[in-house]
Amino acid sequence: MFYRENGQFKSSYRADLALFPVAQDRWALWGLLVLCFVVVPFVASDYLFRAVITPFLILSLAAIGLNILVGYCGQISLGTGAFMAVGAYAAYNLQVRIEGMPLLLSLLGGGLCATAAGVLFGIPSLRIRGLYLAVATLAAQFFMDWFTNRAKWVTNDSSSGSVSVANLQIGGYAFETPVQKYLLCLGIVVLFALLAKNLVRGAIGREWMAMRDMDVAAAVIGIRPVYAKLSAFAVSSFIVGVAGALWGFVHLGAWEPAAFGIDKSFQLLFMVIIGGLGSIAGSFFGAAFIVLLPLFLNYVPHWLGLSISTATASHLEHMIFGALIVFFLIVEPHGLARLWSTARQKLRLWPFPH
Amino acid sequence: MRHFDDTMETPIQEDQISARKCGEVILDVANISLRFGGVNALTDISFDVREHEIRAIIGPNGAGKSSMLNCINGVYAPQQGRITFRGQTFSHMNSHQVAVMGVGRTFQNLALFKGMSVLDNIMSGRNLKIKSNLLWQALRIGPALREEIQHREAVERIIDFLEIQAYRKTPVGQLPYGLQKRVDLGRALAMEPQMLLLDEPMAGMNVEEKQDMCRFVLDVNEEFGTTVVLIEHDMGVVMDISDRVVVLDYGKKIGDGTPQEVRNNPDVIRAYLGAEEATSTKPERN
Amino acid sequence: MGFFLETVFGGLMAGMLYALVALGFVLIFKASGVFNFAQGAMVLFAALAMARYAEWFPQWFGFQSLVLANLLAFAAAVATMVAVAWLIERLALRRLVNQEGITLLMATLGISYFLDGAGQLLFGSATYKIDVGMPKDPMMVLENTFQGGLLLSKEDLYAAMIAAMLVALLTLFFQKTRTGRALRAVADDHQAAQSIGIPLARIWVIVWSVGGIVALVAGIIWGSKLGVQFSISLVALKAFPVVILGGLTSVPGAILGGLIIGVGEKLSEIYLGPFVGGGIENWFAYVLALGFLLIRPQGLFGDKIIDRV
Repeated sequence: MFYRENGQFKSSYRADLALFPVAQDRWALWGLLVLCFVVVPFVASDYLFRAVITPFLILSLAAIGLNILVGYCGQISLGTGAFMAVGAYAAYNLQVRIEGMPLLLSLLGGGLCATAAGVLFGIPSLRIRGLYLAVATLAAQFFMDWFTNRAKWVTNDSSSGSVSVANLQIGGYAFETPVQKYLLCLGIVVLFALLAKNLVRGAIGREWMAMRDMDVAAAVIGIRPVYAKLSAFAVSSFIVGVAGALWGFVHLGAWEPAAFGIDKSFQLLFMVIIGGLGSIAGSFFGAAFIVLLPLFLNYVPHWLGLSISTATASHLEHMIFGALIVFFLIVEPHGLARLWSTARQKLRLWPFPH
Repeated sequence: MRHFDDTMETPIQEDQISARKCGEVILDVANISLRFGGVNALTDISFDVREHEIRAIIGPNGAGKSSMLNCINGVYAPQQGRITFRGQTFSHMNSHQVAVMGVGRTFQNLALFKGMSVLDNIMSGRNLKIKSNLLWQALRIGPALREEIQHREAVERIIDFLEIQAYRKTPVGQLPYGLQKRVDLGRALAMEPQMLLLDEPMAGMNVEEKQDMCRFVLDVNEEFGTTVVLIEHDMGVVMDISDRVVVLDYGKKIGDGTPQEVRNNPDVIRAYLGAEEATSTKPERN
Repeated sequence: MGFFLETVFGGLMAGMLYALVALGFVLIFKASGVFNFAQGAMVLFAALAMARYAEWFPQWFGFQSLVLANLLAFAAAVATMVAVAWLIERLALRRLVNQEGITLLMATLGISYFLDGAGQLLFGSATYKIDVGMPKDPMMVLENTFQGGLLLSKEDLYAAMIAAMLVALLTLFFQKTRTGRALRAVADDHQAAQSIGIPLARIWVIVWSVGGIVALVAGIIWGSKLGVQFSISLVALKAFPVVILGGLTSVPGAILGGLIIGVGEKLSEIYLGPFVGGGIENWFAYVLALGFLLIRPQGLFGDKIIDRV
């Protein structure tokens, strides 16, 4: 009744190509943005920002990057942690070694270094596919683990192997409090989400999806497989690299190589699968799910009056993750995003059944 | 047995056909041999295709017809032989290059992009012509947006031509087979090809759908002058719309000429109907 | 020279262990077309089951004999792995019939997480011992050729022999028996196999059970050597490069791949390690597999992959 497109006619292709053709969607999005930028800073607690909201934002960004590679272009990657590491360490080196380096440039520089690594490790995808590519990306992951551990110059010759970043500021405005850090991340994430959405709606997005669905036919209609695959790796790694830099700079503050290990890669892959492959919104859903689940598992027994040890909680978490992955793959391989769009479809008809 | 022709509104006149087919040789296939391990898919095949004509490739199942198209398209690389397209000779083709040179293709098993809508599938055929780079596409303003709209208009014209307007936002996987075949054709047409390779475009269709498809093929050939190379099993269609026919059997060429010539060729008859029938002549059609 | 040979032997033995894990992998892939990411988790789960049963049964039933404890534990562990296989087939595989490889791969990723958590929940997360009577003492060989002789581990030798027997058995099974052929048909095309009357569900339970039992044997040998601990499932990740090298569908390939990787790792660590600060072992296997994937994706003995349009 409320969510109908009645009366919303488009008289130009430009209008039809808009990001949210349905007016209600546009209003909802503006409302959400207002909520995030204006309301949340006053309402949420510092703990909530530090533990939930900011990590959720940064991981969503990384999930968008991974979704472009896995969901839109169909190239499976288990080395996402490695690219986050490249982004984080490159940004760190830029920030620390160059006097007066602006924060944003460091972040972008980190992204660009991750792009280079991504293209390099994406070259195997030109010859191999599917599960074989998965193993090749594992090579990237373990190599990077080793590299960031051994190569002393990466950590600026830090004796403990861990690095830290302080004093985030842009043009004199310092980002110290959780709220300020949140706003920084929010701005970056919203911008990148918009750019990513534009890419996947456009010609390059169609090339990626063509490669995913049938790469032989894609070549025949004039899509260059090399360009399509490597551009997917490049764009994906750039976004993942920036997310990695944000993760290190903003969320962790200080980190060592283990922060970007294979567990992170699996975590991101789960986000993308549960959230929905091939959906930008799905990346957000998946990230929210994965960030909230451990907290949920910690608090629910509390509320119910049961007490379980952290070890048991962690095991349960693993079991529930695993079970949910299988569940989603069986029931809704397109993830939460598909559930959401099905709900919206039903809303269009509500209160009528069909 | 000309059931197909009987139900058409305006039967094709002979002079209309001859008016179409005056063109230089646009594609020349010379001594192509293709092997997969121990299997000879194609053995020493040679034929040519003239510009603006409709050339049919026929033959029993397994004769190597799709393999021939795949060689022209660069999907397979023949072990021997040469392919000359628009004056340039190659020993084997590169898929992307062939597309850029202006060859469009539909597939027997519908290699559509199942995850995308009809509109996106046909738009993907325009990708060849899109010039804006990644950065502009990310921003989606100015030249990038104008280009997107321009190509959208071109695609909409194709959608109108193929009469699939109602389905443009539907994911192709949900469409019935006949409509999917139209989308396949639309995607090939979006490339604005000089030559179209159609691999069994009428397979699995009923009489009306075949009529529609034939009309599309003829319209494309007449209005845009697109050369058509067509694999087809329905003899009525082949005899009616094609200018010349190549017949393959077990990877070898056994007939080449106008539909009339090929129909009376004893080798062709034997290939389709068996040795006995070759001795008795078929009853005259119409 | 003696040191070199010792390193090689050590590498061969380590490689044999990788190969054992890879065997279960190849088995499941050959017979159900599924790239089982959960193989490592299965090894850990099986090893945990064995270790704990061997510990619990004497306590519960009040006997002392180690041999009896081990036998009962083995039987119970086999039953457990069969149950796991049955559950996997029932709850996951059955509903994912004929999905693409990627979907199945991700499903096994989920299963591996599940087994990790479940194993530790059920059996505990400390380090446990497995004692099946493998001789722990080393032996010296070739004392006449090399001064002092070469140091070999008897335990590794036994492991190698067990692995060799398993390989022979499995190769025979696949090549010579009717069930083996049926399994290969299933791996090729689920729906087609179903439509010619092959009972998919039963086959899958059999296959995953055998995969589970192979995982159990691997787990026992690993656990006996290293102690049963969580890191086993990470080491088992190395099985993937092994099967890439050997070919996903080849049983002897898994062994050869394992040996090559085992030896390669050790040699590169000893001889190249000092130049780059050590730790090459962590990624050598993967980079080698990567190289293979670029040159010869089907591995040494695998079936060539052909795409049809």
